Amino acid sequence: MALLPRATAQESWRSFKTAAWLGWQIESNWTAPFLFAVYSIVKPVAGALILVFMYVVVAQGGLDHPLFPQIFVGNAFYIYVGGVLMGVSWAVIDDREHYGMLKYLYAAPLDIYAYLLGRGVAKAIVSTIAVAVTLLFGALALGLKVSPARVDWAFLLVAWALGLLGLAFLGVLLGGVTLITARHNYYIGEAVAGALYLLCGAVFPLDVLPKGLQLVGQALPLTYWLEALRRALLGRGAGALLAGLSDAQLLLILAGSTLALALLSTAVYRRAERLAKARGLLDMQTMY
Amino acid sequence: MAEFTLAVKTEELSRVYRVRRREARGGPREVVALDRVNLEVKRGELFGLLGPNGAGKTTLIKILTTLLTPTGGRAWVAGVDVVANPWEVRRHINMVSGGESSGYGLLTVEENLWMFAQFYGIDSKTARRRIRELLEVVGLADRARTKIYHLSTGMRQKMNFVRGFLTDPEILFLDEPTLGLDVQTARTLRRFIKDWLREHPDRTIVLTTHYMHEAEELCDRVAIIDRGRILACDTPQGLKRRLQREAVFRLRVASLPNPNAILRGVRGVRRVAHAERDGHVELQLVLDDEHALMPVLAAVQRANGRLLSLEKREPTLEDVFLRLVGRPLGDGHPQAQNQAQAQDPGGPR
Ligand SMILES: Nc1ncnc2c1ncn2[C@@H]1O[C@H](COP(=O)(O)OP(=O)(O)OP(=O)(O)O)[C@@H](O)[C@H]1O
Ligand SMILES: [Mg+2]
Repeated sequence: MALLPRATAQESWRSFKTAAWLGWQIESNWTAPFLFAVYSIVKPVAGALILVFMYVVVAQGGLDHPLFPQIFVGNAFYIYVGGVLMGVSWAVIDDREHYGMLKYLYAAPLDIYAYLLGRGVAKAIVSTIAVAVTLLFGALALGLKVSPARVDWAFLLVAWALGLLGLAFLGVLLGGVTLITARHNYYIGEAVAGALYLLCGAVFPLDVLPKGLQLVGQALPLTYWLEALRRALLGRGAGALLAGLSDAQLLLILAGSTLALALLSTAVYRRAERLAKARGLLDMQTMY
Repeated sequence: MAEFTLAVKTEELSRVYRVRRREARGGPREVVALDRVNLEVKRGELFGLLGPNGAGKTTLIKILTTLLTPTGGRAWVAGVDVVANPWEVRRHINMVSGGESSGYGLLTVEENLWMFAQFYGIDSKTARRRIRELLEVVGLADRARTKIYHLSTGMRQKMNFVRGFLTDPEILFLDEPTLGLDVQTARTLRRFIKDWLREHPDRTIVLTTHYMHEAEELCDRVAIIDRGRILACDTPQGLKRRLQREAVFRLRVASLPNPNAILRGVRGVRRVAHAERDGHVELQLVLDDEHALMPVLAAVQRANGRLLSLEKREPTLEDVFLRLVGRPLGDGHPQAQNQAQAQDPGGPR
């Protein structure tokens, strides 16, 4: 299926494929592979340690408290939000401002939507490494109990894939917004990621939030994604608020919202693109 | 390959930029970058757009390459409406802008180019062969494996130039392709452009420049553009023929305060341009005919100007421009005054 009506499936596929290649070159092209390895291990582990520190020392929680694995797993998977969501949305502005290439991409028979998703692939791979390292660290050093035999792998895989797709679509949507708001809004992805972190129950279960924020959290697909991942990995979810939903219902919500995001992001991106073309923003250089 | 005889056609094509109040800072809120432009570029032509800074050249190229929507009129590239069907247009074209150093710094020259070929669906083998050949032409072959953040701006520009030809486009847009390059490189690229079109007679190139001799040397036809309007469009010969009856002189005078005021009133003087050079004043004059020269010299003498040299010249495109626009090419932009000639790489001097 072509993602934009006038691109052929073949054009979309090669845009996706080549963008994935480019993304991987950018992500992995460190001067030394050693540095790359250190970076992809040290950074997530440091992130996990900060969380543990806050939990144990500041909140005076115990590592054997049932909430701890929930927090740890939620936080680990949140790495994807920073990676994929921001990676995809940032690609637009990076190509335009940093590499000066967006206009050449636009003048080429290239499906920009497929291209952006392709750029997200490398981010997803790098994030996956980080998530795996974090979980491994949790299991080995902090006594996080994830036993491979009890993990619901099929559930995990489906939920994981739907969530990643959703994040990529959301990234495209934000990319569109960044394209037209330019100037002061480069960090819109970061702002969104930060707000979501609080609201989707990555660190606190939704139950502890005030009622109003709970409602916002319940409207976010991300909330259900993390819940599904927790259930798949740990056998149970966090908090009472979502406990009433069956696994199948969770997946259904995830599938529905991913589809909705796909449609919405296409619509928003196209509209942004049209505006950008009308205002001459596709080759704008606002950052020096 | 698509059937079309006109590579580019525009009909009353216009573009107005609206500047936000906050950004205008008391300046104009609207800039008319293109004003009802009508152009036809035939397939197989090397067509030049010649105009000073801010004339609207880039704006026109951006519209034709589907990067910008016009605010009025219509345009077709390869017979396809650029607004209604940008996707189809993109399959026929490629574009290179000079004077910039775009590219993915972490990739090598070869990788940057190969990747672009992929976007156009060119198979790897063909792409690699073309990359090798083209890098050879622009003298970048020994840098093929260099990451481009190690390259100079000029080298990156050469790489971009290669990117334009790499995809073997039916219609290629070159926006000031030699801007900022050294004389030797600019010459090499110009020669390559000519050779490429000779070897691919069904391809079309639309090139913008503010270098007179570049337009003169390369283009089959030239459109002179200023302040968004096409003032004339013809072969370089045809354009110069318009000045046939008029006489073009170059005078050097030791000093002459306010030459415009002194010479504008003299009968038979069509256009005057002047520039300060090496401590003297150089005047470029377009006269109705040679008889107008005597009154000019008399006027210079009355103003105590000491004549250093006097030369009658064959008209160049520069003179055509001066005649049409009323000011020399370098004067489009206040800061650009006198710079056009100073920058001019290797023109006939
Ligand atoms: N994004 C924009 N917003 C507002 N005005 C613009 C914009 N882009 C161009 N202009 C204005 O439109 C006019 C034409 O600009 P354009 O870049 O097309 O000129 P050009 O012939 O390519 O000049 P140069 O030789 O300097 O490249 C100029 O007056 C310029 O200031
Ligand atoms: Mg320009």
